[in-house]
Amino acid sequence: MKFYLKKLLTLLLTMLLVSLMAFAAFNLIPGDPAQLILGTQAAPQTLAALHQKLGLDQSLPQRYTKWLWSLMHGDLGTSLQYSRPVSELIGSRLPVTAVLALVALLLIFTVSVPVGVLTARKRGTLLGRLLDFLTMLNISMPGFFLGILFIWVFGLLFHLFAPGGYVSWQENPAGFLRYMIFPALAVALPNIAVASKFLRSALLEERNADYVRTAVSKGCSRKAILYRHMLKNALIPFLTLAGMMVAEIFSGSILIEQVFGIPGVGRLLISSILSRDFPLLESLVVYIAFLVVLANFIADLLLQAADPRIRVKP
Amino acid sequence: MKDDRTFSFRVGAVLIGIVCISALVSFLYTPYDPYAIHAAQHFFPPSPQHWFGTDNFGRDNFSRAITGARYSLFVACTTVALSGICGIALGLLSGYVGGVLDEIILRLTDALSSFPAVLTALVAITVFSGGKFAIVPALALAFLPSFIRLTRSGTMRLKNRDFIQAAYVSGASRARIMFRHLLPNLLPTMIPAVVIGLSNAILAESGMSYLGLGIQPPIPSWGRMLFEGQSYLFRAPWETLSAGLMMILTVLGFHLLGESLEKK
Repeated sequence: MKFYLKKLLTLLLTMLLVSLMAFAAFNLIPGDPAQLILGTQAAPQTLAALHQKLGLDQSLPQRYTKWLWSLMHGDLGTSLQYSRPVSELIGSRLPVTAVLALVALLLIFTVSVPVGVLTARKRGTLLGRLLDFLTMLNISMPGFFLGILFIWVFGLLFHLFAPGGYVSWQENPAGFLRYMIFPALAVALPNIAVASKFLRSALLEERNADYVRTAVSKGCSRKAILYRHMLKNALIPFLTLAGMMVAEIFSGSILIEQVFGIPGVGRLLISSILSRDFPLLESLVVYIAFLVVLANFIADLLLQAADPRIRVKP
Repeated sequence: MKDDRTFSFRVGAVLIGIVCISALVSFLYTPYDPYAIHAAQHFFPPSPQHWFGTDNFGRDNFSRAITGARYSLFVACTTVALSGICGIALGLLSGYVGGVLDEIILRLTDALSSFPAVLTALVAITVFSGGKFAIVPALALAFLPSFIRLTRSGTMRLKNRDFIQAAYVSGASRARIMFRHLLPNLLPTMIPAVVIGLSNAILAESGMSYLGLGIQPPIPSWGRMLFEGQSYLFRAPWETLSAGLMMILTVLGFHLLGESLEKK
């Protein structure tokens, strides 16, 4: 119990620090944020009005506590660019990105485990070398370039989908899912490469463990050792990696949404940067970071459940 | 296994060699002026005259790709240098001095790494606003946590070893122990991390330039070429492919080099 309480406390502290960092980034910048938003040619009246709107006339701690309070209540202010509530904007875009991220995560899990096992088993053979080479190539290929290649090959040459022909999920759920397959694949592939490589080396490390020798000497078959003993142990560090991968998926989807023209959180983020819509940008940054922190926390909890030894370790 | 590593090292070295040499050559000679616009020569396919074809302004893709190598390598090297120096210093402090300082650095590192790397860089570039190379500090900040963590864990592993205790007993100052005794012993783990960091920096820079927030046009950069080429992908995929090819070769090269240097 004490263990979980401590974990929870760390989670809250990290979230607090994350919010403080995001706040500091936008409020401690040299110069006037209002000036930065409006540009140098702004009239003094508009500048003063924006000052009041952003609450810049208050002291820093006052502003931070007020912002934190409204953040917890989901009341995020109004976007400067769209003049709509920020929460509404994020709410309308989040499902799109969530689907992209979930499909990508599903692909990562279902593909990287078999590939990792296969590369560990076939090490040194022709197939193993080929898979190793493909993995290496994949790690070196940024997801967004992969996305462009997909558009070229599958979209323009083979007509498997219509590039730029995004359909919203309210209109046509099947078409929406179909359009999301290639973007999700582009987000997933570099992560699949990293994950399967990680699993491969974890498996190869397990090979020298004592329990493997015991299993061999009691006459266990190679397959049973690999799948029943080694894989279970190797999947434990893999779980930590999966938690960290959520941040990578978000990084990837920011770019992929841009490549495929998908109106998700990533596109909203880029447009808020280009139009200097700071209230929107600030909330987006904090919420994405919160999601990442939460994902890591959940991965951590799953890890405790999977491997009770970790709880005992200091 | 050993043969594999030698092989990776050789391939990586050759790839990086090619990219570095073409970047250096681009200072002295490019087949065409990478900035010269020839409206009549747009979308030429690859030919003996234009190895990688020409783009929508009739600029030579090959000249632009090797000039782009210059900027990508520059940004990658300065980013990793900045991030590495700060990260190693903070990691040493955190790991060796310990106590409250360690706790503070560790918590801040955790919080910073909660932001996806691209997000950190995007926010930093917005906030630092302006400057042709604002992307360097922005990316350096995004890579900082990994260098801090790596140095810290290395330091923790070494700090109770006899030679550090001996240095302490013989009256060496903290700074001396950190930089003369701990740092050289950390280098074997740091060098591969730095080399792999270079490949990550190139990937991140091209992503930022693709979004229009990195190296600014008309300076040729691979990320921007990918973006510009995307609109003409059907008619003339050469611009995208040439920039992508250069980028993959560079990243692959750094990766192979870094992996082969890793101590197994």
